[in-house]
Amino acid sequence: MSVSVRETKSREAVVAAEPFEQVAQSAAPAAPRAIAMRTEKLSAYYGAAQAVGDVDLSFEVGAVTAIIGPSGCGKSTLLRCLNRMHETTPGARASGRVLLNDVEVYDPKTDPVEVRSMVGMVFQKPNPFPMMSVYDNVAAGPRLRGWKMTRREMDDLVERNLRRAALWDEVKDKLHRSGAALSGGQQQRLCIARALATDPSVLLMDEPCSALDPIATYKIEELVRELSHEVTIVIVTHNMQQASRVSERTAFMLAADDGIGRLVEYGKTDDLFTMPRDQRTEAYITGRFG
Amino acid sequence: MSGSVPARHRVAVRRKIAGGVVLALLMLGTLLAVALLVTILGYVIFRGLPALNIDFFTQRPLPVGETGGGVAPALIGTLILAAVSGAIAIPIGIAAAIFVVEYQSGRFAAPVRFAAELIAGLPSIVIGVFVWAFLVRGVVGHYAAIAGGVALALIMIPIVARTVEEVLRLVPHSLREAALALGAPKWKVILAIVLPTARAGVITASVLALARSAGETAPLLLTALGNDFFSTDLLRPIGALPLQIYRYAISPYDDWHTKAWGASLVLVIVIGAIGLALRVVARQRVR
Repeated sequence: MSVSVRETKSREAVVAAEPFEQVAQSAAPAAPRAIAMRTEKLSAYYGAAQAVGDVDLSFEVGAVTAIIGPSGCGKSTLLRCLNRMHETTPGARASGRVLLNDVEVYDPKTDPVEVRSMVGMVFQKPNPFPMMSVYDNVAAGPRLRGWKMTRREMDDLVERNLRRAALWDEVKDKLHRSGAALSGGQQQRLCIARALATDPSVLLMDEPCSALDPIATYKIEELVRELSHEVTIVIVTHNMQQASRVSERTAFMLAADDGIGRLVEYGKTDDLFTMPRDQRTEAYITGRFG
Repeated sequence: MSGSVPARHRVAVRRKIAGGVVLALLMLGTLLAVALLVTILGYVIFRGLPALNIDFFTQRPLPVGETGGGVAPALIGTLILAAVSGAIAIPIGIAAAIFVVEYQSGRFAAPVRFAAELIAGLPSIVIGVFVWAFLVRGVVGHYAAIAGGVALALIMIPIVARTVEEVLRLVPHSLREAALALGAPKWKVILAIVLPTARAGVITASVLALARSAGETAPLLLTALGNDFFSTDLLRPIGALPLQIYRYAISPYDDWHTKAWGASLVLVIVIGAIGLALRVVARQRVR
């Protein structure tokens, strides 16, 4: 992994911080893959209250990384820091570094709008635009970004992304019906298609199945595994089975008594669930709390 | 579970009686409100209908003693004033509402809302006096349609702003987040997602404000003045249905009284038609 060139001062700070050291690391994979995104001493605040403390994480290209932990451990907040959505909440701010390939996400010169176009996001509750058709929902990203496209190109883009979201066959006859008329699971896959349409390199998913029934959940999980070949996925879930089913790597977060969520353990999903290194991880995955 | 069976029965009976009394009072109130509306509308139709004929809609008012004539200049004037005041007030009101709702972290949101409340509380005659002093005596130099339009706009702005504000707050936050997360700049999120989602409500708010201002008389007396001749010149005095009603109603002539009722009916129809038309437009959305 390479650190992009930055001012010497913050670089020294990074070296001094020695990332990853405090966190129990499971055995590294044989051939380390490229890193799509990583955080260094990332902290998040709501007003004066700190929600996330000093998280160092790296997300591998083309892998699914799950972030698990009990409610209130800051996992969703952490996720929202990765595409600078966190700061859209009044009073919220973040500190530390997030690197997206070689883009400093929190550099003052970096436009959050640009970051968000490179990092897609799927939310807890399906939120298709209710006044838009299925087609327009998928086309919304390119249109909002002001892409110049012919009608034909847009048709292709919509079809391609609906196929990527495994929704094409179900909606190809009702492309111009309201997106809100679909079932919950279909709506969530529509939201995935919408997020994919701007070709993000990373897709963030914030408990994407928590509002869905088991069958719809199964379809989304299938989709997540499929998509991981083409886009780096970070998925927040408090469903441990889901994490073990879909992810290659898992990060476990926990809020300490001070209410600040910190990274407890990060490693290969299999290792973390079978041989957790940290007692707290073991306690959580065996259901002793949370 | 406590109390003997007869005691619990007594409580149940008392509760039923209390429920019945409250329901009866509520129904009485509703009935009175509806009855009042029906009475007013019915009486306006009853008194106004005899005045209506083709001439009433197409001719200008005639001097006392001559039979016939109509209120066409006032009708056109009311439509022009509505267009002018709407063109001024609706964009400003919507902009103010967007500012208050979408940029509420800004320090000016609270003062803006407070100012809108203050203007909404001003008697309309005071707004008329203000516009008279500022535009009629000042900038324009004489009574003019544009001054009437501005006066009506000042009445409409706080109505539009407050109503649209409520409507924008109903747009789910998750839609704003979804659009932001797609990499849309905030202004585009507002224009392309928030406003279209709230479209029906925004149109309703505009209609409410137009309807309210179309019935205003006091501020027009001091600004648009009234005009018995056809005029579309914004820099000349212009007629308006409320002014026409006022002039006819305070006159001592029976014929003019009938015409005042007729003009009242026309005004009610105009307001109803504006509302209906915009509601039809608002309903056209994705099925």
